[in-house]
Amino acid sequence: MKIGTPKELFEGERRVAMTPDSATQLQKLGHDCLIETGAGAAAGFADADYKNAGVEVVKTAAALWKAADVVAKVRAPDETEVKRLRDGQTLISFINPAASEKLMAQAAKKGSTVVAMDMVPRISRAQKMDALSSMANIAGYRAVIEAGNNFGRFFTGQITAAGKVPPAKVLVVGAGVAGLAAVGTSTSLGAITYAFDVRPEVAEQIESMGAEFVYLDFEEEQADGAATGGYAAVSSPEFREAQLAKFRELAPEIDIVITTALIPNREAPELWTADMVAAMKPGSVIIDLAAEKGGNCKLTVMDEKIVTYNGVTIIGYTDFPSRMAAQASTLYSTNIRHMMTDLTPEKDGVIDHNMEDDVIRGATVTHAKAVTFPPPPPKIQAIAAQKKEAPKELTAEEKRAAETAAFKAQTRNQVTLLAVGAFVLLAVGLVAPASFMQHFIVFVLAVFVGFQVIWGVAHSLHTPLMAVTNAISSIIILGAVMQIGSGSFLVILLSALAVFMTGINIFGGFLVTRRMLAMFQKS
Amino acid sequence: MDYGFTTAAYVVAAILFILSLGGLSGQESAKRAVWYGIAGMGLAIVATLIGPGSGLWLLSLLTIAGGGAIGYQLATKVQMTQMPELVAAMHSLVGLAAVFVGFNAHLEMGRVMLMDDTARKGLEGFAALLAKKDGVEIAILRVEVFLGIFIGAITFTGSVIAYGKLAGRVDSAAKKLPGGHMLNAGAGILSLICLIWYFNSGAFFPLFIMTLAALFIGYHLIMGIGGADMPVVVSMLNSYSGWAAAAIGFSLGNDLLIVVGALVGSSGAILSYIMCKAMNRSFVSVILGGFGGPAGEQMAVEGEQIAIEAEGVAAALNEADSVVIIPGYGMAVAQAQSGVADLVRKLRAQGKNVRFAIHPVAGRLPGHMNVLLAEAKVPYDIVMEMDEINDDFPTTDVAIVIGSNDIVNPAAQDDPNSPIAGMPVLECWKAKQVLVSKRGQGTGYSGIENPLFFKENTRMFYGDAKASLDKLLPMID
Repeated sequence: MKIGTPKELFEGERRVAMTPDSATQLQKLGHDCLIETGAGAAAGFADADYKNAGVEVVKTAAALWKAADVVAKVRAPDETEVKRLRDGQTLISFINPAASEKLMAQAAKKGSTVVAMDMVPRISRAQKMDALSSMANIAGYRAVIEAGNNFGRFFTGQITAAGKVPPAKVLVVGAGVAGLAAVGTSTSLGAITYAFDVRPEVAEQIESMGAEFVYLDFEEEQADGAATGGYAAVSSPEFREAQLAKFRELAPEIDIVITTALIPNREAPELWTADMVAAMKPGSVIIDLAAEKGGNCKLTVMDEKIVTYNGVTIIGYTDFPSRMAAQASTLYSTNIRHMMTDLTPEKDGVIDHNMEDDVIRGATVTHAKAVTFPPPPPKIQAIAAQKKEAPKELTAEEKRAAETAAFKAQTRNQVTLLAVGAFVLLAVGLVAPASFMQHFIVFVLAVFVGFQVIWGVAHSLHTPLMAVTNAISSIIILGAVMQIGSGSFLVILLSALAVFMTGINIFGGFLVTRRMLAMFQKS
Repeated sequence: MDYGFTTAAYVVAAILFILSLGGLSGQESAKRAVWYGIAGMGLAIVATLIGPGSGLWLLSLLTIAGGGAIGYQLATKVQMTQMPELVAAMHSLVGLAAVFVGFNAHLEMGRVMLMDDTARKGLEGFAALLAKKDGVEIAILRVEVFLGIFIGAITFTGSVIAYGKLAGRVDSAAKKLPGGHMLNAGAGILSLICLIWYFNSGAFFPLFIMTLAALFIGYHLIMGIGGADMPVVVSMLNSYSGWAAAAIGFSLGNDLLIVVGALVGSSGAILSYIMCKAMNRSFVSVILGGFGGPAGEQMAVEGEQIAIEAEGVAAALNEADSVVIIPGYGMAVAQAQSGVADLVRKLRAQGKNVRFAIHPVAGRLPGHMNVLLAEAKVPYDIVMEMDEINDDFPTTDVAIVIGSNDIVNPAAQDDPNSPIAGMPVLECWKAKQVLVSKRGQGTGYSGIENPLFFKENTRMFYGDAKASLDKLLPMID
């Protein structure tokens, strides 16, 4: 199969979906690689580099689309590119399928297969092709760098001969991949970093990156992150209020705010309100990574940098990955290459589009002349389920109350049992003759003693217990011994047999028990 | 000797037996406890032999000696891995003895009934006891004899089948004749009819029919129970043998028999209860046999089993600081306990924290694994119960699973549709790495796929447990 990558047509897009390195790997799968001339130039990969890697450089986009069986791109195809799709061709790129019904319908009509890199399911096996995560990682890193670029002070606190410099305080809102990357970058630059997320289970991840998790004074059963595929869900109005109040409290001290809060298929929630911006010190920076979806701050202007009247810089760029085109292309092309590895299981250059595979099925949005979006939920949920909170520490009073209740229930049970037992005993006593009752009382008491004694036996001694009870159940020998003196021959024979068998048991049982117990030893 | 002395001896014997069982609460006191039991048994037999009404004591002594010789041979020859079979086999002897004694009681009863008053006066011992009974007491006696034989017969065939299954002579899978529980119920009803018949007539025939029915129930009941439930079965049969002894005690009017029978009976019942609880199943469902059908679609297992060689296992163990070993029936089958013990000694010599985690139903007998490890001279203070060690798995570097399967199956917690859902299991998958020594890729006794083997931190060390350990041992430095 021929895999081709055209030059990105989207204005300002500098990434490329194939690098010389990834091409070498693709060729090992048995594929041939094509690239449109100049496609990698903006990311720092010259045509000559591709040629050296064995990639055929094609003069025009049209020729490339015609020749390639698989087209790998970064951005979703535009009108002209969709027209170039043909039957049996596979397109791999970001699609944003929820907002591209027209595109998918067209592609399906043409009979081409479209694999959306932004639809790769979030399961462990698919992490290597999770392009959203690799791009988010870059965005998070770049957001801090961009903030530093517009921030007039050091990140780290310093005490110099020329005076003391306080460390910058950074707040990262939303601890997804981008948020965590931002946290990591910011702490490594020396800033005091706070981070917040609506999913309490990420607190541990945040703290592991060296930042402080911002806790809310709010009690509510949080939605399980695993239920939504690891993404945040919409929070309740009360929760939102508590969250905004906390941010309002923090706003005056924070120098740099990086917001990354996105909810799948929804407008970005407003988390940094105008009054918080107003409360910030002049020179502070806000990086809104959610600008594409309307921004977590409503003052954000998409793709632009603005400065408010009180001197706060708000950056709404949406092309952070593209701003680090070389890095982004390397990671993205590797994601594509992994996707191709899964698509060519035999490594023989033949694509097997296995719609039974969770990952391939999830990412495919059109196949065999049909739109296959949205995919069914994956068969396995690999994201660990949220741990249920440990049972709350009971207060002393509650404990006492519980104990009293348990004690009462126990008493009730025991009294009921005793009453029933006594009643049964009395009932038996009314009918049965005295001689039977004597034995019966002994029996009941013995059962009672047995229950009391056996509960105390250690678990590890259960086998010796069985052996010893087996030996002493041979007490039945007494019966046989008593009968053996009878006059009847048959009785004597049967008793003798019984004595013989129980004799085996007595000796065997006790000896084996002793053998076992002798083996137990302390270290 | 007179009656008073015998009774006094019985009281002492009963106390000794109670002390003997109570002493099993700790390993050290247990060693003393066995002597209590032996003393109690000796006292009881001597007191009976020299007590009123025993004749032919030479014959008694000879048969006891003969049986004792065989018992001694058995007890010294048996291997610790065969302990479940031995215990089951010995239960069958008690059951059969109960049947014989019961028949004797019936025969004696018939003989005494036929005698006239003067002849009765000349009787001794058990017969004399019988002679004194009036109408109601004879009726009660019949019920007691009947019950003793009934329970004894069930214990007998049940134990024989349990022995066969444990020794591998009978297929251990749950099998039922066509008709299933209806057959058992039918045999039970037949026995009940025989009881009424016998109660009224005192004839031998209904007793005989009932015995056959009870033998059948014992056979069919245990045939219907799968190998994985054997710990419950063995302790249940233990309990039955006790109740049989108690019932015989009633019919013979012997208090010591009643006391000991009740002790053994309740002990077995409690053990069965503990085992059932450990498997999260009701006693009734174990007795009725087999696992219930799955309630719905079971979770599909995703991933693959990744094999590892001895070198890899050795490397993992050499690097680990804390190791937990989870033995199961597979270790017993492969006779690998001494290899495991050697491994533990080597690892402990390097200052590593090595412990054993024992699931309550590991093996085929309650406490089976403890005995095997003790045989291999593993100190008992590093052998932990499930509740003691389950919380420690997250801080454990390597968990080694040797020949156990269902007791480490995470599906019991994760998959509500799994047949073993809700059964408490050892959470070994929380350890950093899990090494599973297993014969092949098959499923466990219950035939359930185990997602543990497919986990990312699990490595499969295929092969016979003993051979694997022999390969591994020289590589641990």
